[in-house]
Amino acid sequence: MAANDIVVSAIGVHKEYRMGSEVVHALDGIDIDIYRGEYLSLMGPSGSGKSTLFNMIGALDQPTKGDVFIEGENMAQLTMEQLAWIRCNRMGYIFQSFNLLIVMTALENVTLPMIFAGLSPKQREERGKELLSIVGLGDRWSHRPTELSGGQQQRVAIARALANDPDIVLADEPTANLDTKTGREIINLLKELNESQNVTIVSATHDLKMLDVSDRVVYIRDGKVEQIRARDEIDIHVGSLAGEHE
Amino acid sequence: MEQQAQSDSAIRSQIRLPFSEAVRISFQSLKIRFWRSIITTLGILFGIAFLVAVISGNTIEAAVQADETQTVDSLAQEAEPSIPPHQVWLVIMSLIVCVVGISNAMLMSVTERFREIGTMKCLGALDRFVVLLFLLESSLQGLAGAIAGSIVGTLFALLVNLRAAGWSLWRVFYQFPWFTDVNGAPLGVAPVILIGCLVGMALAVIGAAGPAFRAAKMPPVEAMRVEV
Repeated sequence: MAANDIVVSAIGVHKEYRMGSEVVHALDGIDIDIYRGEYLSLMGPSGSGKSTLFNMIGALDQPTKGDVFIEGENMAQLTMEQLAWIRCNRMGYIFQSFNLLIVMTALENVTLPMIFAGLSPKQREERGKELLSIVGLGDRWSHRPTELSGGQQQRVAIARALANDPDIVLADEPTANLDTKTGREIINLLKELNESQNVTIVSATHDLKMLDVSDRVVYIRDGKVEQIRARDEIDIHVGSLAGEHE
Repeated sequence: MEQQAQSDSAIRSQIRLPFSEAVRISFQSLKIRFWRSIITTLGILFGIAFLVAVISGNTIEAAVQADETQTVDSLAQEAEPSIPPHQVWLVIMSLIVCVVGISNAMLMSVTERFREIGTMKCLGALDRFVVLLFLLESSLQGLAGAIAGSIVGTLFALLVNLRAAGWSLWRVFYQFPWFTDVNGAPLGVAPVILIGCLVGMALAVIGAAGPAFRAAKMPPVEAMRVEV
């Protein structure tokens, strides 16, 4: 891991929402750099602006003020097509509620982003099956989401997130809809992929199990970065918290 | 390393959705919601069947009558295949109901799939892919309904005329208006079937256009936040 290789950098990011006549400051001047190959967790209570920041980092939303650079590209200056290209090729998304397309089989779900990226059917099938076996579902490629358990669905979603060799995988509360054991498995899988494929993982969470595997934890509160801690600084706490459910 | 080299180059903005893939995905979506698709298709079927039955029925009737007046007193005067005004109104009304029905079905189908749409956009789908998928879906339904409707409508028109002609196949088919009506206008049975198919597809696309554009315009995050 090249220590100073920055994948995403947010500079003075503000985000305001209009709720009727009131202006809500979801983000209030966030500066953050995300390094290649790291496992970063965004922690914070609901309403802290964690998800909003997550969406900015993921090129899903634009800041009201400030800039987000992904691989050196300023998100504000990109066209819709370029943004779509970035989402397709540079980003992988994992969601709390899995968000698999129910009309498609596991394999078709995984290969959908490859269609957009322009891979041939043969390449897609090969890569799709390879990814499914990496996440431990090699024999289940023909199943539909409804025929899979929550943990298995999330594995398919992880395989889908890796479809086009993304630079960053963004995981939004990936364990929130899973039981503790399955959640732990998913976290371990993410960590494994982070190490073996050198993929940067950014995860918004309030699952304390995540702390265990994170290289850095960013605490967000009231739209600001409260503190950033490296893993060795938090290891001590984890022992006592690892058994907790939330 | 390879990725890094790639990232240094300018962002290529080519995102694709080959037409064949789009058709496959639309077809799958229809298949998985089979009964709902059938209901929408039935709506189109009835509308088009009525349209085709009215036009073809008149054309055939006029042809039979023209034939008879010719044989009786060789004066083909009352042989205009004009459709009575009240029937024109009924046809128009039925087609409007048809469009409303399709719009309603598509609106539901779009609302139900906000999350799916958001997910697709997160995976890199462009707005126009979403529009394409929804329009394809509805035109497939439109086509299926229209073909079936045209056949049903034509059969109905035939039966009605056969009955009027005392079940004499010879009288009805002697100068059957396959391609043109008695005035030579292209309103024979075959072109009317074609017209029915086209109208059916057009109605389906018109009905789906609004919901499809609405769905495509949604920002991915918002589309996914919607709980249905």
